Amino acid sequence: MATAQVIDIDYSKYNFRSSDTDYQYKFPQGLSREIVEQISMIKKEPDWMRQFRLRAYDHFMKRPLPTWGGDLSKLGFDDMVYYASPTEKKSRSWDDVPSYIKETFEKLGIPEAERKFLGGVGAQYESEVVYHNLREDLAKKGVIFVDTDTALREYPEIVKKHFGTVIPPEDNKFAALNSAVWSGGSFIYVPEGVHVDVPLQAYFRINVQNMGQFERTLIIAEKNSRVHYIEGCTAPIYSTDSLHSAVVEIIAKPGAYVRYTTIQNWSNDVYNLVTKRAYAYANATVEWVDGNIGSKLTMKYPSVYLLGSGAKAEILSIAFAGKNQHQDAGGKVVHLAPHTTSRITSKSVSKDGGRTTYRGLLHVAKGAKGVKSSVRCDALLLDEYSRTDTYPYNEINEDDATTTHEATVGKIGEDQLFYLMSRGLSEQEALNMIVMGFLEPFTKELPMEYAIELNRLIQLEMAGSVG
Amino acid sequence: MTSTLEIRDLHVSIEGKEILKGVNLRVSQGEIHAIMGPNGSGKSTLANTLMGHPRYKIDSGDILVNGESIVSLSPNQRAKKGLFLAFQYPLEIPGVPLSQFLRTAYRAVKGDGQQKPEAKGVGAEMISAVAFKKKLQEKLKEVEMDESFASRYLNEGFSGGEKKRAEILQMAVLKPVIAIMDETDSGLDIDAVRKVAEVTGTMVGPEMGVLMITHYQRILQYLKPQFVHVMVDGRIVRSGGPELAQELEQKGYEWLERDIVAAR
Repeated sequence: MATAQVIDIDYSKYNFRSSDTDYQYKFPQGLSREIVEQISMIKKEPDWMRQFRLRAYDHFMKRPLPTWGGDLSKLGFDDMVYYASPTEKKSRSWDDVPSYIKETFEKLGIPEAERKFLGGVGAQYESEVVYHNLREDLAKKGVIFVDTDTALREYPEIVKKHFGTVIPPEDNKFAALNSAVWSGGSFIYVPEGVHVDVPLQAYFRINVQNMGQFERTLIIAEKNSRVHYIEGCTAPIYSTDSLHSAVVEIIAKPGAYVRYTTIQNWSNDVYNLVTKRAYAYANATVEWVDGNIGSKLTMKYPSVYLLGSGAKAEILSIAFAGKNQHQDAGGKVVHLAPHTTSRITSKSVSKDGGRTTYRGLLHVAKGAKGVKSSVRCDALLLDEYSRTDTYPYNEINEDDATTTHEATVGKIGEDQLFYLMSRGLSEQEALNMIVMGFLEPFTKELPMEYAIELNRLIQLEMAGSVG
Repeated sequence: MTSTLEIRDLHVSIEGKEILKGVNLRVSQGEIHAIMGPNGSGKSTLANTLMGHPRYKIDSGDILVNGESIVSLSPNQRAKKGLFLAFQYPLEIPGVPLSQFLRTAYRAVKGDGQQKPEAKGVGAEMISAVAFKKKLQEKLKEVEMDESFASRYLNEGFSGGEKKRAEILQMAVLKPVIAIMDETDSGLDIDAVRKVAEVTGTMVGPEMGVLMITHYQRILQYLKPQFVHVMVDGRIVRSGGPELAQELEQKGYEWLERDIVAAR
């Protein structure tokens, strides 16, 4: 491991702009204006981005913590390190990776090379090769798929035009934090009329050094284009960072189709506080497929703003909360144009005292005539210690809106279990089957390999052998 | 060796109320037994107890398969011993395709418990799915169910008759040693009844025995039992051959009840 030099920063000089890129900066804990400046400087960002970060920092500092959601009282903002440069990030020894993580890799059948990557060990990994080939194919079509830092450097005009337009820093405290210290994330640009047939996947383009706490993703789909992006994977991501606060902005121009699939399985000591929002213009469709399995606390409400006639939103969310976990998830749809449609489907499962919360907003603005919306949230409690809450917010300002809302809370029936067991299934197998059936509207939307991995992961969660 | 299910002086209660008051019965492979009786006589309780429903408590007596007591076995263990229960009211399991369910059940009942296809990776799972699919299609044809049922969620949205047929389908796939059929014929039209009887009939033989619980003797026209038993108030009060069923049909249960009272 190379030695890190601790630099005394004298900001009035700014002379390290031209200094050697071999400098390694060891960031102290805590956040300050100086640290935000330094991040921008290390990345050699244009001035507008530096100003954007500082504006966000100012807002973050004065904005109070939200109290309506999960328990954030133990978040130690002063204890965190907000930036680690790629060369400085420690490469971990495989021995240090907790055994429960290693066992999960084993049980999920994850190939050797991937395990090291996911465990935070080892930088290079064969998907890099896949990624390079993919990049060439995409480049021919004019599709851009790079990490956001690279995008800012290589495509500054496109980035500047759209960055922060969907989620301004003032949106909420964690969007402000992300806006101040963001690093990494994906940038996807699809030109007009182009259909990207293969799902673009996050782990193609990142290696352990880029995987970050404050990823910033921006997806721009021009008119009539199509793209599917997959973030995350089912294997547990072992992270020493206690806070992950990402921001995802999607712009779907008229007639475009964007699907964003996430399966989040952060280790159980992580706070996962994410802001995800899409703008869907006339006749565009945005689909959020959002799976929440890991983390200590997740607060995430993928949203779609329907801005043009004929636009469609689909939010499909699952949450699985085991011991000491709280999944506070759901979705928001804001109908700002007539003849728009939306559907929210939420399935949550709690066991061993875990807690799931569905939080959803349906807003139909005045003038948004002919809106059709349906919300379905189902919760399954696997024992009497677990908990689920539902907080739907409906703000309907037009009489002709057709909205339906169905909510069920249930536990697994004794008769259902008996029926399955009478066919030879053990109680555990029967429980798994019922839970998988419950989550089926979600799993059927996943690409096959993900669905199979998710099945196995849920089975492990059900058996209580993970974490 | 012929397998036998034996019920010895079985007393069963639910929530403190005694339902079965000493039932005795032996069913072997190759035999068809019919149990008839008025509502509330305990027929379904017997069926569910045999399969191990947790809500029914065995107060005394025993249930044996091939001389071995099974009362401490869980329902899945009993299934592995070769018992099958065709439910009177089959449960809906949302989101689980019939084919997937049956394939899992088949592996559970027929397998040695050591198959873990997950460990072999995606390929192994898919291959066994394909092989099973073919077998399932054959059985669907046999019970005259459309092949689209394979991908439909288990019993979800099925009509009453379709649910009953699906039970017979499962029976045909799992090939039990002793099949307990709990009023499979109720709610079915005459053609469906005939079909159920026909399929069951082809399976009965050296490999399978049937304990058929029925309210009406209609199905017994197509699936002739060797033994007919009548249950009243938690006990088998009379046993006989197929003609007993016809006598009941003509005279009703009251005739029997009068007889029993007179005999006390």
